[in-house]
Amino acid sequence: MTEKHRFAVVGQPLAKIDAWAKVTGETRYADDLVLPRMAYAKLLRSSHPHARITRIDTAAARARPGVYGVITGYDLPRVKFGILPVSQDEEALCTEKVRMVGDPVAAVAAVDEETAERACELIEVDYEPLPALMSIEESLGHPEVRIHEYGDGPNVHKNVSLQFGDVDEAFAKADLVREDVFFFEGSTHLPMEQHAALAHWGADGKLTLWSSTQTPHYVHRLLAKILDVPGAHIRVIAAPVGGGFGGKLDPFAHEIAACKLSQRIGRPVKITLTREEVFYVHRGRHPVLMWIKTGFTRAGDITGCHLKTWLDGGAYGSYGVASTFYTGVINPVTYKMPVYKFEGARVFTNKPPCGPKRGHGTPQPRFALECQLDKAAEQLGLDPVEMRKRIVAEPFTKTANHLTVTTIGLAECIDRVVEASGWPAKWKGWGQKNGDRRSPRRRGIGVGCSAYMTGAGTAIYWNSMPHSGVVLRADRSGAVTVLCGATDIGQGSDSILAYLPAEVLGLEPKDVHVHPADTSLTPVDLGSYSSRVTLMCGVAVIQAAERLKAVLLKAVAKKLGVDASRLVARDRKIGDPDDWDTAVPFARAVELGESMHGVLAFPGSYAPPKRAGKYKGGGVGPSPCYSYSACVVELTVDADTGDVILHDVWIAHDVGRALNPLLVEGQVEGSIYMGIGEALMEAQIFRKGLHKQPSMLDYKSPTTLETPEIHTILVETNDPEGPFGAKEAGQGPLLPVIPAIANAIYDAVGVRIDEVPITPEKILKALELKAQGKTPRVGPEKLPLFTFKPPIVVESAFGQPADAIAVRPFADPEPRG
Amino acid sequence: MKARLSLTVNGETREVLVAVHKTLLEVLREDLNLTGTKHGCELGECGTCTVLVDGEPVLSCLVLPVEMEGRTVKTVEGMADGGTLHPLQQAFAELGAAQCGYCTPGILLTAEALLAASASPTRDEIKAALAGNLCRCTGYTKILDAVELAALRMAPAAAGRPR
Amino acid sequence: MMRLPPFTYTAPRSVAEAVRTVADGGPDAMLVAGGTDLYPNMKRRQFEPKILVGLRGIPDLSGVRGEAGSGLTIGAVTTLSSVATHPDVMRHYPALATAAGLVSSPQLRNMGTLGGNVCVDTRCNYYNQSFAWRKAIGFCMKKDGDICLVAPSSPRCWAVSSSDTAPVLWSLGAHLRVVGPAGERTIPLSALFRDDGIEYLAKRSDEILAEILLPPADGWRSAYLKLRRRGSFDFPVLGVAVALRMDGDRVAQANIVLGAVASLPREATRAAAALVGERLTPELITRVAGLAAGPAKPLDNTDYAHFYRKKMTRVFVTRALRRLAGLDPNGAADQEVV
Repeated sequence: MTEKHRFAVVGQPLAKIDAWAKVTGETRYADDLVLPRMAYAKLLRSSHPHARITRIDTAAARARPGVYGVITGYDLPRVKFGILPVSQDEEALCTEKVRMVGDPVAAVAAVDEETAERACELIEVDYEPLPALMSIEESLGHPEVRIHEYGDGPNVHKNVSLQFGDVDEAFAKADLVREDVFFFEGSTHLPMEQHAALAHWGADGKLTLWSSTQTPHYVHRLLAKILDVPGAHIRVIAAPVGGGFGGKLDPFAHEIAACKLSQRIGRPVKITLTREEVFYVHRGRHPVLMWIKTGFTRAGDITGCHLKTWLDGGAYGSYGVASTFYTGVINPVTYKMPVYKFEGARVFTNKPPCGPKRGHGTPQPRFALECQLDKAAEQLGLDPVEMRKRIVAEPFTKTANHLTVTTIGLAECIDRVVEASGWPAKWKGWGQKNGDRRSPRRRGIGVGCSAYMTGAGTAIYWNSMPHSGVVLRADRSGAVTVLCGATDIGQGSDSILAYLPAEVLGLEPKDVHVHPADTSLTPVDLGSYSSRVTLMCGVAVIQAAERLKAVLLKAVAKKLGVDASRLVARDRKIGDPDDWDTAVPFARAVELGESMHGVLAFPGSYAPPKRAGKYKGGGVGPSPCYSYSACVVELTVDADTGDVILHDVWIAHDVGRALNPLLVEGQVEGSIYMGIGEALMEAQIFRKGLHKQPSMLDYKSPTTLETPEIHTILVETNDPEGPFGAKEAGQGPLLPVIPAIANAIYDAVGVRIDEVPITPEKILKALELKAQGKTPRVGPEKLPLFTFKPPIVVESAFGQPADAIAVRPFADPEPRG
Repeated sequence: MKARLSLTVNGETREVLVAVHKTLLEVLREDLNLTGTKHGCELGECGTCTVLVDGEPVLSCLVLPVEMEGRTVKTVEGMADGGTLHPLQQAFAELGAAQCGYCTPGILLTAEALLAASASPTRDEIKAALAGNLCRCTGYTKILDAVELAALRMAPAAAGRPR
Repeated sequence: MMRLPPFTYTAPRSVAEAVRTVADGGPDAMLVAGGTDLYPNMKRRQFEPKILVGLRGIPDLSGVRGEAGSGLTIGAVTTLSSVATHPDVMRHYPALATAAGLVSSPQLRNMGTLGGNVCVDTRCNYYNQSFAWRKAIGFCMKKDGDICLVAPSSPRCWAVSSSDTAPVLWSLGAHLRVVGPAGERTIPLSALFRDDGIEYLAKRSDEILAEILLPPADGWRSAYLKLRRRGSFDFPVLGVAVALRMDGDRVAQANIVLGAVASLPREATRAAAALVGERLTPELITRVAGLAAGPAKPLDNTDYAHFYRKKMTRVFVTRALRRLAGLDPNGAADQEVV
């Protein structure tokens, strides 16, 4: 795509195509669906964090009037499942053992929700309690208690170690070597919509499931396995998702139970989780303990970095193997890091399983790295902004760990955010605090940067097929229909699927109908995760639209008696720009095309370039391209209370190209919001084996009053990998705000809180340490005794030229259109 | 215990026979098929289920329909004037203030009550009015922008002003 | 969806009828006004009354009457929004307007009532949980169990008084008109509370709190500061209510009442006494704040660490007093803390 291209739709701040339904209450989310004869289901969940099940008696529940059916794990095929092929460790309904409070044990379908709930209480379950392991330390310290029988050691789900270059040599070359320890507390997605599913097992023996899921394709695949039914007889329809953030990416017990119950009782079955259950389903941010050692030259260059991470994984695998890698592998993408070693371990505990939450595994090390960078800058007497700018990674090169990076707009992001925030006037230098020393209210300013992937380079199960598929059909009315398995979770992917063909075909987005993900109708898109949808289904839909356009141009060219290469599509017409009066209306062009070609339906496919590093584990981290963000935060710390008052957040984000700036800004603002919550208050914490605060009141999500003004600046680098140059926007901007807040707090009051959430208690404690002349820091003090695997040692690929730019597996041999 | 109630919702009077312990939220969604009203906690802790009762924002998850007789209830389905959207609905759609859209009905109604009481609220007043509505998608930024835009368009002085 | 357990509902039209109805219902009956405290608790099955007696339809129980010079009378079923925005309350009893305006969220204040907030159930993060959660941890003595989970060796319940308005009304010297089967009585608000997390009200369950009587506002200054994580939704984990009457530049009368530090509002009498007859100097304020922090004995059963809540008592009392003294409320205590 050239800069000369004049966009008609791309770049316009258009309303989302589903916005009108959403502002009128028309949108039907999964819990809004009702079918005739529908029953309501509830799950009975474990009241023990870790126990053997010795008896389940459902007789009393079955006997209760209004109950249609009761199932336990013994009514399901005895097959374990999990989203990742390497972690098949879940049962929809536990049979032998429960591993957390909230593990599902039985399910009831009844005439209404109250009856189902009361019937659940009539189910008798006898438990033989086992010791509950509620932290990384406890799980590693009690190898005699095993949460699972598989993994890389007692209660160790995954143990990885990768080395790229010689870190010891890199540290020997450094003028300053810092070792720091950080902790990032777990948090949950807290989508406003509680998960819901409606299953209908028809009399024809075919199953339809409507669910609030971000991954209908994976749910489809896994349902076939879990229910032992041919996938060909299962249809999964993604209902509009009322917030996902990664929390609706696994196949869940409630979905499976609804399907089985529907088969059993011959009725549609709906199940909707309570808010408390959503906390148990979780799959959110891993608590991660981190040790990071980095060498710096006097000028601020990084000579090498060694990171160790310990992830508190909770009771099941979920995406945890990927999460473990992600705490390590994306770090070298932001700055020049010639040598890198990463060791990571994920530990099972008796808590709800962690998984992918916005930023999947990367906000934790980003917090550690950016805070350490600030500490190093202070020691070296460097300006924190200048130091970062100096070490921004080189575009179109490879990282130490063999990731190919294309465009990098980080330097521009830093410049823009520095200018917008008034940094030069506000930053007084290290230890030079602003303001009146007599007042407890101290202002501070801080900076952070980050990078994030635009879609995972490999699928969850190994295959060579497209990651995203589209079928685009032109109708004689002049409308175009897009079928794609992508799920709109609020980010606007359905709208992108309308904008892009409209751009290619010269239509209005309103002329494009986008069908929601439906495994019987729409080609596979892997799902709304890893910031992959805009890029992958975007490229696929452009390909399909270009194929349609080529046929239409050919047909119109024949009609007009001109060469097809002269024709353009714009303003709902196709014609010769030099003789526009003869241009043919789009609907007429479709008739001409259909007469010549037959039915006008064209596929588009996308798979990422094959760039996995040639070492075990090299499949996690590659992405077609990476987005970049720089963030400045200005805040006030109340030194009497430890309170943090955020004033403004400035964020510049390199999105490649803003296909719709309004939607990109929305993604950036939402990311900042979620990062602020994690930085200051959100925490998924436990006490006596139970979630301490499974409610909207006690799990603290920021309101309008805690959310500062967010100033978003979009930087465009026109990446060759993205659709019209676009990169991701939905996750990356979450990363830099957390360390920027921590760094601004240091600027304000001179204390380092190396642990999120940064609560008033921790700030006060650090201020007391400071007053006592001790190290003004609050954070983890010790690391677990743990031996990582011997590393897989690979040569650093740092600085090598990028390979395979814009080479796409399913592209046409020569460009069309 | 069931009760026969006469409820005035979105200007229409409807007779329902419902158990008295069903909340307004449940009756709206399950008996009147007004599923535009959403729920996020059912305990008064998130604001998602907000509706207007006699023009005031209340949480339908903590209201009994039996207490609603003789009062008027308004849900998101009642905001548009026939085929014409309320300026708030228009502004929310245009500015991207609805992402997943799940908190949107409650926020729209809360904002409608604010603008009915105060034609041109400050940004801080809008934040205070919406402090009882959680949103996890937007960071509230575009929501506040949209309320400001709607207020501008609704202000009589704005008539004829290009926006 | 969380749902209410079944009950029957009656809506009496007068206080007398309400008293009769609740007396007839006996232990199966409960009073409800705004429902914002009771209904969530019913959904989590802290309460399963068979009969609910709704007070919202009783006209006598709503509204603000009288004038500040002789003292306002506020019907117990007046919504918190109405109290917070009432011009006479805002002008003459500013701490009450502040406290009412800080309860939970805007929507909830449109529903919740002043009487309901005064009588709000004590809270504890072992108690305000679902039935399944409480069953999993082993029920506590406040509901269904026999031990206190926050202080297992304790013979009593330590649930926390979580009203914003009660400490303020106490500091203002408010009285309550309570109506029961045996007739009506007027008691000081301070006499409404008991130091017990379970039986926290000294009011019989068949007595109706009808009115809150505020003394003449003449010469009183008042302030309320609330500690909580967020600016909305959250209950207080510390409330500081201060009311002062000045005689020239000296304090003539002073009341300091702390909320959310015990099972009932706690009056800081020694601290208040130390103010009387004195000028409100920064030094005096610092000393008084230290005294006021004495009665605060928070336990680890709400948001924020209890040591932090204890520490904040001193800061918040300082700030409240400085505000009433006309000093910069924030220019205070840095020399103590940092």
